[in-house]
Amino acid sequence: MSLLEIQALGISFGGVRAVHDVNFSVEPGEIVSIIGPNGAGKTTLFNMISGVYRPETGRVVLSGETVTGMEPFRLAKRGMSRTFQNLQIFQNMTVLENAITGFHLQERGPVLADLFNLPGSRRRARLAEAGARALLARVGLERAADRDAGSLSYGSLKRLEIARALAMQPKVLLLDEPAAGCNAVETDEIDHLIAEVAASGVAILLVEHDMKMVMRISNHIVVLDHGEKIAEGAPAEVSRNPEVIAAYLGTEAENADG
Amino acid sequence: MRISGKYWTLIFLAALIAVTPLFFPSGYYFRVGSLLFVNGLAVTGIVVLTGYAGQISLGQAGFAGIGGYACALAPVHWGVPPALAVVLGAAVSGVLAYLVGRPILRLKGYYLSVASLGFGILVAMVLNNERELTKGPDGINVPDIGLRGLLSDWGLNLTNGEFWYALTGICLLIGAWIALNLQSSPTGRALRALHGSEVAASTVGIDVARVKIQAFVISAIYASVAGSLMALQNKFVTPDIAGFLHSVEMVTMAVLGGVASVPGAILGAGVLTLLPQVLTVLAEYEQLILGLVMMGVMIFLQEGLVPSILRWFRGRDE
Ligand SMILES: Nc1ncnc2c1ncn2[C@@H]1O[C@H](COP(=O)(O)OP(=O)(O)OP(=O)(O)O)[C@@H](O)[C@H]1O
Ligand SMILES: [Mg+2]
Repeated sequence: MSLLEIQALGISFGGVRAVHDVNFSVEPGEIVSIIGPNGAGKTTLFNMISGVYRPETGRVVLSGETVTGMEPFRLAKRGMSRTFQNLQIFQNMTVLENAITGFHLQERGPVLADLFNLPGSRRRARLAEAGARALLARVGLERAADRDAGSLSYGSLKRLEIARALAMQPKVLLLDEPAAGCNAVETDEIDHLIAEVAASGVAILLVEHDMKMVMRISNHIVVLDHGEKIAEGAPAEVSRNPEVIAAYLGTEAENADG
Repeated sequence: MRISGKYWTLIFLAALIAVTPLFFPSGYYFRVGSLLFVNGLAVTGIVVLTGYAGQISLGQAGFAGIGGYACALAPVHWGVPPALAVVLGAAVSGVLAYLVGRPILRLKGYYLSVASLGFGILVAMVLNNERELTKGPDGINVPDIGLRGLLSDWGLNLTNGEFWYALTGICLLIGAWIALNLQSSPTGRALRALHGSEVAASTVGIDVARVKIQAFVISAIYASVAGSLMALQNKFVTPDIAGFLHSVEMVTMAVLGGVASVPGAILGAGVLTLLPQVLTVLAEYEQLILGLVMMGVMIFLQEGLVPSILRWFRGRDE
């Protein structure tokens, strides 16, 4: 039994099959990348796995439990966490508060204790804050802690989302284009961070257009085109697959090399 | 120890409440002051619901009506002491908010505004039509809260105006303290998170529907206690307390001052409570003024008075 199993997952929008009959599985500590051209269905697949969309067909199995279409907050309790391609930052909060929110499941407690500022509530909040500061340091944002989240650069917000997701101490982490919009140095940092997190036993599902990064850090690659899985395997295998090259890698590889 | 912003806000508010009476030209102003505090309390509840959680209720007056009529009816019919009737009203309001909110808050969008609007209208209708119980549109007497006699037994003799000024002032301080506690607490963060992004809030494990209901229940209790205090102070209550206009008035106060901040919302309550008192001619045009204020805020000061002014000052510093 794998940690995360995706079985025949599918959904369509207005008759168009955005994702159709996709299968794969992810083990603890493994980095599995989903690649494919724009509109291939990668984000839609993530949305189904993370409970944002309810799949029309297929199943999502997490640690042996069927969790298909389960609301995201229930999946969070079961160890699933994600970031978003189109940033979902709490713009009305500071950077630190954004990171603390990732500790919600650890810091929440009785509402009455929060309303009356009881010692228990303060202690929970203090622990979460300490954890959040440590994570901000890990993604290089400790000095921005007290700034409004809205004032950060795009690349910093991407890292803030990763920090918030890591705060949940997930078993499975879904990263949707974590390096998009980041410069070479930032991309390198994110690359190391992902490898580090995977090494600690977290299963990582990665969508990323930066092919160099994907080829370097993935254990396994799943290729989507028009919502269907057209290939999967180790990076070396996939990059030799003629169908993949035709659909996607040809143009991208040229871009990456040139 | 460093005193946090929360306590500065409370100290400033307490000082203002304590010192202002020194400048009152007549006893009448105690009454204006306590009216302001009661409005401030109701509006603080809107900060929790709208400012923190981003949900809009157009039926807060319905809960004020329940709070007000609880104090009129419970002492007479069930012999509940008026001060306890406040608690009873708050409990009923909280339960009703839960029941109204539960089916609605699972849905995204503007359903709460519409449902709460309907709820407010329903409460006003019941208060108007159940004449046997509520005495209908003419209103009903509310018994004395009785605490003033208690105080004078202890040698503290206050006029009626002074007593209500002090009591409502203390209630407002407590209400502000609770709302400020909430803001920086785990629950408050969850509320503000869902305001920022529902999908991200859910992703980090926040049960969005559940915390929305918590915010709605809390705001209903604020409105209910405000309604009780209003009725007890006036010793009289009419169904107007639950009217749509009263709901709109509360939202306008919150929006005017800045719905995301407790001091802002209280300032908004202050301005809109004092304006008709200062310019009595305006009292006749209350609805018109509410409309104009709302439009003006939406067009010129979208965040409300306090945040806009703060931003302006900061902008000048840089
Ligand atoms: N909520 C939706 N309603 C209608 N169509 C949708 C919806 N979400 C996705 N789609 C469609 O599904 C297809 C797959 O989109 P998706 O965003 O998953 O692609 P992607 O592989 O993530 O692309 P990109 O690399 O550009 O991020 C697209 O044709 C898109 O228009
Ligand atoms: Mg995408």
